[in-house]
Formats: sequence, structure tokens, C-alpha cells
Amino acid sequence: MSPSDTTLPISAIDDDAPETRRSILERSLLFCRRQPLGTFGLALCIVMLIAGLGAEWLAPYSPTANDFSAMTEPPSWAHLLGTDQFGRDLLSRIIYGARTALIVGFSCAIVGGFVGLVLGVGSAYFGGRIDAWLQRVFDVLMAFPLIIMALAVVAIFGTGVQNVIVAITVPLVPRCARVVRSSALSIREVPYVDAARACGFGHVRIIMRHMVPNVMAPFLILITAFVGQAILAEASLSYLGLGVQEPVAAWGLMLQGGAEEYASTAPWIAVFPGLAIALTVFGISLYGDALRDVLDPKMRDR
Amino acid sequence: MYRYIINRLVLVIPTLVGAAALVFALMRLIPGDICVVRLASGGGTFNAHAVAVCHAEVGLDQSVPVQFVNFVIGLFRFDFGPSMWSGKPVSEEILARLPISLEVALLATVIAVLIAIPLGTISALKQNSWTDVVVRTVAIAGIATPSFWLGILVILAILDITQAISGTPWMPPIDYVSLWDDPIRNLSIVICPAVTVGYRYSAVTMRMTRSAMLEVLREDYIRTARAKGLIEKLVVNRHALKNALLPVVTLIGIEFAFLIGGLVVTEQVFNLNGIGRLFVLAVQNQDYTLTQALVMLTVVVFVLCNLIVDVLYAWLDPRIRYA
Amino acid sequence: MRTTGVLWAAGLGMLLAVGVASVVSAAAATPKRGGTLTYTIPADAPASFDGHRETSFATVHSIAPFYSVLIRINPDNPSSTTDFVCDLCTEMPKPTDDGRTWAFKIRPDVKWHDGSLLTADDVATSWRYVVNPPEGISSARESFYLMVDRIEVPDRQTVTFRLKFASNAFLPALADPFAVIYKKAILEKDPRWYEKNIMGSGPFRFTSYEVGQSIKGVRNPDYYRKGQPYLDGFIALYAPKQAVRVDAIRADRAAVEFRGLPPSARDQLVKELGDKVTVQSSDWNCGSVVTVNHRRKPFDDVRVRRALTLAVDRWRGAPSLAKIANVRTVGGIVFPGSPMAATREELEKLPGYWPDIDKSRAEAKRLLREAGAEGLSFEMLNRNVDQPYKFVGTWLIDEWSKVGLRVTQRVVPTGPWFEAMRSGNFEVVLQANCHGVVNPLTDVGNYLPHTVYTENYGQFEDQQEIDLYDEMVRETDVARQRGLMRRYETYVLDTAAHTMHALWWHRIVPQRSYVKGWKISPSHYINQDLANVWLDK
Repeated sequence: MSPSDTTLPISAIDDDAPETRRSILERSLLFCRRQPLGTFGLALCIVMLIAGLGAEWLAPYSPTANDFSAMTEPPSWAHLLGTDQFGRDLLSRIIYGARTALIVGFSCAIVGGFVGLVLGVGSAYFGGRIDAWLQRVFDVLMAFPLIIMALAVVAIFGTGVQNVIVAITVPLVPRCARVVRSSALSIREVPYVDAARACGFGHVRIIMRHMVPNVMAPFLILITAFVGQAILAEASLSYLGLGVQEPVAAWGLMLQGGAEEYASTAPWIAVFPGLAIALTVFGISLYGDALRDVLDPKMRDR
Repeated sequence: MYRYIINRLVLVIPTLVGAAALVFALMRLIPGDICVVRLASGGGTFNAHAVAVCHAEVGLDQSVPVQFVNFVIGLFRFDFGPSMWSGKPVSEEILARLPISLEVALLATVIAVLIAIPLGTISALKQNSWTDVVVRTVAIAGIATPSFWLGILVILAILDITQAISGTPWMPPIDYVSLWDDPIRNLSIVICPAVTVGYRYSAVTMRMTRSAMLEVLREDYIRTARAKGLIEKLVVNRHALKNALLPVVTLIGIEFAFLIGGLVVTEQVFNLNGIGRLFVLAVQNQDYTLTQALVMLTVVVFVLCNLIVDVLYAWLDPRIRYA
Repeated sequence: MRTTGVLWAAGLGMLLAVGVASVVSAAAATPKRGGTLTYTIPADAPASFDGHRETSFATVHSIAPFYSVLIRINPDNPSSTTDFVCDLCTEMPKPTDDGRTWAFKIRPDVKWHDGSLLTADDVATSWRYVVNPPEGISSARESFYLMVDRIEVPDRQTVTFRLKFASNAFLPALADPFAVIYKKAILEKDPRWYEKNIMGSGPFRFTSYEVGQSIKGVRNPDYYRKGQPYLDGFIALYAPKQAVRVDAIRADRAAVEFRGLPPSARDQLVKELGDKVTVQSSDWNCGSVVTVNHRRKPFDDVRVRRALTLAVDRWRGAPSLAKIANVRTVGGIVFPGSPMAATREELEKLPGYWPDIDKSRAEAKRLLREAGAEGLSFEMLNRNVDQPYKFVGTWLIDEWSKVGLRVTQRVVPTGPWFEAMRSGNFEVVLQANCHGVVNPLTDVGNYLPHTVYTENYGQFEDQQEIDLYDEMVRETDVARQRGLMRRYETYVLDTAAHTMHALWWHRIVPQRSYVKGWKISPSHYINQDLANVWLDK
């Protein structure tokens, strides 16, 4: 995309900014009152966000330093969640693991979502041949279960954080494009889009001004779900030994190898990282549900 | 109706061919020579001649287009050639592992449906009540919990609980027996993974049931039915549930196809020798033929499930088939 | 029979005191007959059943009970490295012709599982396929038998090996557990028949195989060792997940896993099962070795390579890692416990083995600074196997971080791991140097450049190293040979620092206490025919 394309949506948002800003507090309060579960979910997400962003300041120990004087220690005041078999502080590893989860979750969701958005809206807007072809391509891509597609991509590019992100993003794209396209289709034939076209506005402008804002609601809901899916997929890949690798702190990796080995003798090694994954995805899903209730006009009316 | 089915069938072909092309291309992108990997896997010595022999055996000495044509022809004849790793026919490798995976998938589906539909319906009928909140929370937890982690905890719990009760720990057998030979032993193997997979599956289905029910309950004809004074039970069973089940059936169909993906991880935890484990093994060994065949199998299952769901839909809802 | 052992030992001075920590004292009890042994094999499935072609323990653990071999390490004394005894032969021969001719008399009473009689022709043909396979057939260990000139069958009961030159490596190589004996008629009809089929003369007859699931055998009633095997049969279950294998022993779904489990599994099983579980352990003839790719900068600089080894605190790491991983002993390039191995005093002179780790790390930093490689980042290739690869990998990376090296890992499955090493597509790789029968002279050949030892992936040439090795191998005086080994070791680990040795492995096999007769050895390849195993139930 050329720079001018990307500036458009930003300026569009800026125009509305004062109004949005005014109502944001009110809206949030309303959200909290109407959606207690969603608020709880959001709180979980925020905790994870803080942990991930401030890992350097929050983590009591280094996430990678081995400490042979404190191997497989149960939770104590020195190590709130205990230590793993290398004497690494579990709390610190979970806090740093939040960063890995954030990076993987958000990169996959944002990149996958953005590409899906472009393809979905483009497909709906231009229609015809392009649409038909893209539909067939999405059909093909959608036919692969996420984890199977991800495994194949990892087999090609290898393991590690970046490759895992690629592996998970690829299967997310068609899923997003599908949903966005069907929302965008309903808007394409609306008179004001025709009018804009008649006025000779460029495709980019019409898409950005009229179509993108209209698919924003399902898009945001989807992106939220993607973050959770990506975190789970990363955990599965790491569990299979094909994801993130030591010594990077990552939740899925923490459940692999050592965790199973010590599941009965030092259960904290297996329990806490699993809880971290479950709680985070739980929070994201709760928040996503609430978001859908609020953003989906069909639900809002009632 | 027939025309609709035929149209729908025609649409399947480009998807399958596209998927075959994609899988084929992906496999060729994997770096490294499968024959070198195979020969080197034990660390032994070998010469260029051995590599050439291996290439000829697995058909890599032919040009890429010829390989692709052979692959596609093989697809229709359910003949994928020999596994590059073991040398056995791929179809044999797959058939040996298919029963256990199918069994787990079917049992998981049964469990999911049995849990999801009643709970989802109750949840919708009592929207925003405590029951609803609990059901929704349990459902979201099911989606949020990594299935392999759940599996680890389930096995551990079984061992510890049986040890606490009887003094000797018990775990499900780790070697597969077919349902016909020894049903009890078979079920004791299959039940834990089925529950583990089924939990997530039921969670997804439960949510769909709930939202579909909510939508239907707001439809005019339900209001009419209620206004007519029909008893609530009849309204729910006759009118609401029947209509709400349509999207639920779709979801069950699609999720069933994706179960194979879920099994990839769960079979590892429970040491099940199914196609999920075979897939991981095939990918790790860079066994193109086996990986291709397995991926195509999941794709075919997915496409078929979609097809069945669509046809079912059309049959239930005349608007679709005449559109 | 044992005389050859003594001969051999005299020649090499290698009566090894293998560190067997605990061995069940089962030999005293009279074996009971009957019962079926269930054990797990930590693999998905062997690639093929052909021992001649394969190199993985998964193949040996699957097929050894079905086959016989010519000679082997004494199954009742498997921790010995010199106690070679006959399996198919009648007695261990004395070599003639200055050690260049070995004539083995074959037992006349051996029947194949198909009922026909096993002859010297079968033995000779099998060995010909191992030593010098025909075009298009692969043998994994051709290089072990470079000294063999030809194999003859002078009469129906004799197989004669004629060597090009006498070699102390011949007998250990002949005891290789992969060199199982196949039937001549089958081999000549279809040399690849044995990849997918099983027909031997061993203590058990093959009954069924389900790929990725199990392999089963029943007692061979015609077995030539009267009274054996004691078991009615065995079931081997393939279980790649370690947790499953440990749980299986805990719940008695399987009695044992022969490869070796980590210390945590031992502790857990002992805690939960008490005297229902017995543990055997031994030093393992495998070492974790870090190979550096000399073609990648800055690893062409010996200072950088030396810094890598100087940064690792083996003396402190070993006892701690021994609690969580299958490693235990600090050693040089020679199997610890062998008279050829370096003593602690000798080791402490080598970089990375200094008693003062702070001094060692300061030196490492100095060398890195000098070489302009301060704060170097690199990637270590590792194998997707927990024990002990990934555990040792995690430890090494942390040790290296203490001198400012930033190391990431690329962990790949076995096949691609070998492939990456072969193609030189790595900077640093964590390898294992694993051998069957302990034989330090040939075992340390791994460190030679790949022109001599094809499986060395360091990508370097070094004539000086080859000369040192040659001089050592040709030396016949034990004390002088040991001295030369030290020179070679110092050269490999210090002067040229081609490779660094991390830690020696430690094999731990917890078994249900009712399993008797099986004894641990320093190699997981040997002693797996199960003929002398019995169940005390």
C-alpha cells in the first residue's frame, strides 16, 4: 500500500475524535454495568497486558537463569509459584511468557485480521472475477484445520517465535476474509456507495470511508477471538515441540517436556502455565462475547 | 433439489484440486531431501548411490509435474503410493490408524451433543439468570482450556484417585483393542480422550445452541405460538428447538471435520496410535506422501461434511435451494 | 572362551570398571518359567525391521528377541566390555595367522522359525551383506568392518573371517547387536524382504505387529539354548511420550522400558511403588557433545571455540543436572571408568574443566574480546528429544549467557537434525556421541575430520590431528598408548578446540521388581534378546 492509503483511515478517525473521546468514559461505565462477565474478562486481559509489557519490572527473577540451589521447589515466599526443574522462578517465566503470548497473539490477530480485511473488503467491493477467484482460494484454505496448516508451515520455515507467528497467521487470513466479505457485501449495493462511485471518488476512498467502517463491528469481534485462538495454537505447537524454543519463556513451552515429567511430583510446574493460558483465553473470550453484544446491532437492539 | 446437489458437487471439485495443489506445493517447499533425512536418521553412512535408489523408490526422480499428476490420479484411486519413511503403502498406514481416531471423534461428538443441546437450550430460555451465567462460563472455559493440558490433568487425576481408593494406581490400557474384540477395554481406552476433546467441542456447540435459540425465541411465530397459549414445553420443543437446530447442525458438521485437528495434540497425550499422531510423525519425518495423503483426507472430510450440511440445509429450508 | 577377552584386554589394557551403581541380585534365584513381559519402546515405530540397514535402538528393541547373532557381550555380564561369548558359534575361536584369521564353528542344533536348519552358509551370507552389501542394498555399518577381507565357508559348520590386517576393533565390531543373522535363501531371493518381515532363529517367534502400536512374540519351543527362554512371550508397546511410559510402569501396564528414564521418573516410581520397582543404572556410552561449524565465522577462530568450552561450569552443573536429566559424569573424550579415560587431575588442566570457574569465565571473556566476538549471538541446533538433549541445551545456553553470549535454539526432529548437520546448515550443534560396545580407541574416532570419519560435521581439515590419532592407535604399549590418548584429547579439546564435550550420559532403568534376569549395560543397543529374562510372579 502507498503511504497515502494508510493515512486515510487515521484522518477519518481523527475527525470523529472529539465525540468519541467524550463518550468513551460513559460508554465504558455502561459496558461495565451491562456486561459484568465482559468486564471481568477485560480485567484478566489487562492483567496479562500489564504483565507482558512490564515484565522487566514485575518479574522478581530472570526468566532464563538456572538456579541449581532451588530446583523444583514448591511455591514459597521466595518463589510465589515455585520453581521448575532448572530452578527458574515460575512466576517470572509466566510473566515473561505473557509477553510471548502477547506478541504471538496480537501479531497473528492483527496481521491475519488486516490481510483478511483487505482481501474481504476488496473481494466484496470489486466483485466479479476477483471475488469468484478469491472465494475459491478461501474455500481451499479454509478446508485445512488450523493446527494442520500451522504444522505444515512450521515444517517449511522451522520453529521459533517468528515462524510460529507466520504459521498461525496464514490460516487466520481466510477466516477473517470470509466474515468481512459477507458483511461488506450487504453494504456494496447501498445507494450512497453508488453515489460515491458516481461522484468519481477513488476506490480506496470509497472503501475506506464507507465499507471499512461498516465491517468494523464483526471485524473487531473476530480479531478478539483470533488473539485467543493464536495463543492456544501457539501452546499446541510448542507442546508438540514445534513451536517456541527454550530458553524463551512461553506458556505452551512450559507445559512441554518438564511439565509432564513432573506432573505428579511437582504439579505446580504443570498447573500454573496451563492456568495462565486458560485464564487469558478465558478473559479474551468473555470480553469478546461482551463486545459482540455491544457492537452487534442485532443484539444491541434487544 | 437434484440440481442444487449437482451444483454443489461441482463446486467441490475446484476446492479439492486446489487443496491438492497447495499441499503438493507446500511439501516441495520443505527444505532438505527426504531421502537424506531418511537415510541419515540413524546416523549411518551412505553414499550418493543409496540416495539415488531411494529417490527412484519414492518417485522423486520424476519431474515435478509428473509427480503431481501421479498424486492427483492416486487421490481418486485411494492409492497414494508407499510411505517415504516406512515403505509401506500409505493407504495401509492410514487404515491401520483410522478406526481409533474415528471412534474418538464420534464418541466426542455424541458427548458434545448430549451435553451441549440441553444446556444451551436451558441457558437461552433462562437468559441472564444464574444458570445462564454458569453455563456460559463453563462453555467459555471449555474453549479456553488447552486440550492437551486438560488431558495431562485427567490422566494424573485417574492415577491418583485410583491409587487413593484401591491402593494400586490404574490407567487406561495403552494398546488399542478394537471395539468388536473387547468392547470394555476398547471403551476404557477411548473414553478419556473423547471426553477431553468432547469438552471443547460441546462448549462451542453449547454457545451456538444458545445464541440460535435466543434468536429463534424472538421470532414472530414463537410469539404467536405463545400468544395462542401453547404450553411452554411444546413451544420450545416443537417450534423453537427445531428451527434453532439448523445452525447447530451446521456447526457440528464443521467442527467434526476440525476434530481431526484437535486429535493431533490429544492423541499425543493419551498415546493413541491414531491418524493425529501419524500426522505429526509424518511431518517430523518429512514424509511427503504420507503428509499429503493425511492432509487430503482431512480436506475431503471437511468438504464432505460441508456438503452434507449444505444439502441438509437446502432440504430443510426451501428458500436456499431455489435461491 | 574368556581367553580371548583376556587377550584383548592385554592388548589394549581396557578391563573396564564400569560404574554400575546397582544391579539386581537376581542371578542367585532360580528362574521361573512362564508369563508374558510387557515393555515399552520410546519410539513411534521403527522405520524398518532390517537391523543391517537401521541404526536406531527402536529397531533393536523390536527385533532382537527374534534373532540370533554370531557373538555378543555376555548377557549375564553385559556391563563388561570385553566378555564376548558365542551365540550361534560353539566356542570363541583363537585367531590364527597373526590375528588375521578367525574361524567360528557354528552350532549344529539351530533351527529357523520355519523349521529348517540354520547353516554356516546363512551366517556367512548375512555377514557378507553387513560387511560388503551388494549394489543397491544399504548397510549402516560398513565402515566398522574395513579390516575384513573376505568371509569363507570351508565346511557346513564353519565360518571363517579373513582380515586384511589384525585389529583390536574386530571382535567388538563382530559383537554388534544390529548384525542379526538372516536366512540365506530369503536374502538371495529378496534382499529387502527383512525390512518388512521377520523370520529368525532367536528365542522368540514373531506373532504380530501393529504399526505404531505393538510387536508381539511367543516362546520358540525349538530354541537351541535348552530351558530358555523363560518367558511364554512378550509384548512391546510403542510409546513415544515419556509421561505415558512412566505412568504405564506406575499402573503396571508395562513392566519396564529398556532405553532409560530420567532421574525424576526414577524418584517418582520409587516413591510411589516402593519395593515394587527396582532400579538399575550405569554410566552410558554416550556423551553430549557440542560440535562447532568451522566454516561459519567467527567459529573459524580457535579463541572463540575455546571460549565456548571455558564458559561452561561442568563440575557444578553435573551433580545438579544429574537430578533432572540422564547425564551425570564429567569426562573428556573417553568413556569414564575406562583406564584410558583422563583422571580428574588430568581433566582439570583442560579448558572448561578448571576448578576455578570465575577464572575460566574471565579467560573466556578475554578470548572473546580478543577475537572481536564479544556479546556474540548465535543459534544452536538441537534435536527434538527431551532427554537429555533439550535439558543439556537449556543448561548450556544459560552457562554461555554468563560470558555474554546470546544463544537461541533451533530444535528439530531427528531426521531434519541429521540432515542439517550433514549439509553444514548450522553454527553450533548439540550432538550425542553414542556407541554400542565400549571401545575407546574407535569411539574417539568421532573427533577426526570428516575426510577420515564421515560423521564428523565440524567441517574442518586437520592433518596434525589425524597423525596424532594414527600414532595412538598403532601404539601397543598400554601406558604409552594412554599417554598418546591424553595428547590427542588435549589437542581435540584445547589446542584446536574442534569439539567440546559437555557431559557423559547416565542410564537409569526402573523396572517392576518381578522382572528378573535382565541386567543393565553401558549401551541401550546390546543385550535385548530377552532369552534370560523371567518373571517372579
